[in-house]
Amino acid sequence: MTRLILAMLLSVCTGFAAAAIDAYPFDSPEKEAMFQRLSQELRCLVCQNQNLADSNAELAQDLRREIYRMVAAGQDERAVIDFMVARYGDFVLYRPAVNTTTYVLWIGPFALLVLGAATLLIMIRNRAAADGDRELSAEERQHLQSLLNTAREEGPHP
Amino acid sequence: MKARFLIPLVFFVGLIVLFLIGLGLNPREVPSPLIDKPVPEFALPRLHDANQQLRSADLRQGDVVLLNVWASWCTACREEHPFLMELARRGEITVYGLNYKDERSEALRLLKRDGDPYVASAFDHDGRVGIDWGVYGVPETFLIDGAGRIRHKHIGPLSFHAWQNKIQPLIAQIRAERK
Repeated sequence: MTRLILAMLLSVCTGFAAAAIDAYPFDSPEKEAMFQRLSQELRCLVCQNQNLADSNAELAQDLRREIYRMVAAGQDERAVIDFMVARYGDFVLYRPAVNTTTYVLWIGPFALLVLGAATLLIMIRNRAAADGDRELSAEERQHLQSLLNTAREEGPHP
Repeated sequence: MKARFLIPLVFFVGLIVLFLIGLGLNPREVPSPLIDKPVPEFALPRLHDANQQLRSADLRQGDVVLLNVWASWCTACREEHPFLMELARRGEITVYGLNYKDERSEALRLLKRDGDPYVASAFDHDGRVGIDWGVYGVPETFLIDGAGRIRHKHIGPLSFHAWQNKIQPLIAQIRAERK
């Protein structure tokens, strides 16, 4: 049953993959650009990996209409984003706000990068210290010399 | 020195735990920011009588109520319908309906055929009120306390399991708060 629903949802989401085109008249190119920007940055909650601009789900159409209304009425970007977040939560934002719950999301990758780089650096240093070119000590040199001497006396091995 | 070889193992186990938690979550269940907020203001015509309205004030009953978002085109709603009928029959809780993006005739025909568990349904033809409620996948059910605050949102068809484990205890808790 759930499989069937998923399959149907998928077909709805991908059936018309071409970007949705609404004929919304704008009185200025700035407003149109703002509308485009907003519908690209807000997530469609039905087809979760599509933004509102790409999705043709009914909800996406309704939400685009809502964005159009607000933009046409002269509201700014912040107002539209706040409107969506108040109803659907941070999840609608493809660029979630930086707050205590999203710190890990924003800083995590960089922290991991720094951690990885530091680990790598330490490992390389340790290895260089362990098997780098090192002068033989007097004792070792003597031992080597004696080995070479015995080898010479015994002659080449068959 | 030997413990160093355990570091990758610890990492691996940590990763497995994260995956187990992550894969157990349902990505379709987006937590609602409306929890513990007052119900969004609305005034909609009633499904059965367009001349009468159902308003947000009607949901502030002094006791818990359910608001069930439904539509005749929604197949998953058929799945939970018998359960809603059972709830209405038991009279444990008042159930309101929000008929979402539907045709009046279709919705009424369905209620006539399968039974009407709602004391009243609001008729949200264009889905504008649904947006204010953060509706994104019908059916959804909101649990509203006596002061008109949303206390819980259930996404998807109501099941006996969810009712027993989550909603019923919450109802008992909310009712106990008032005493």
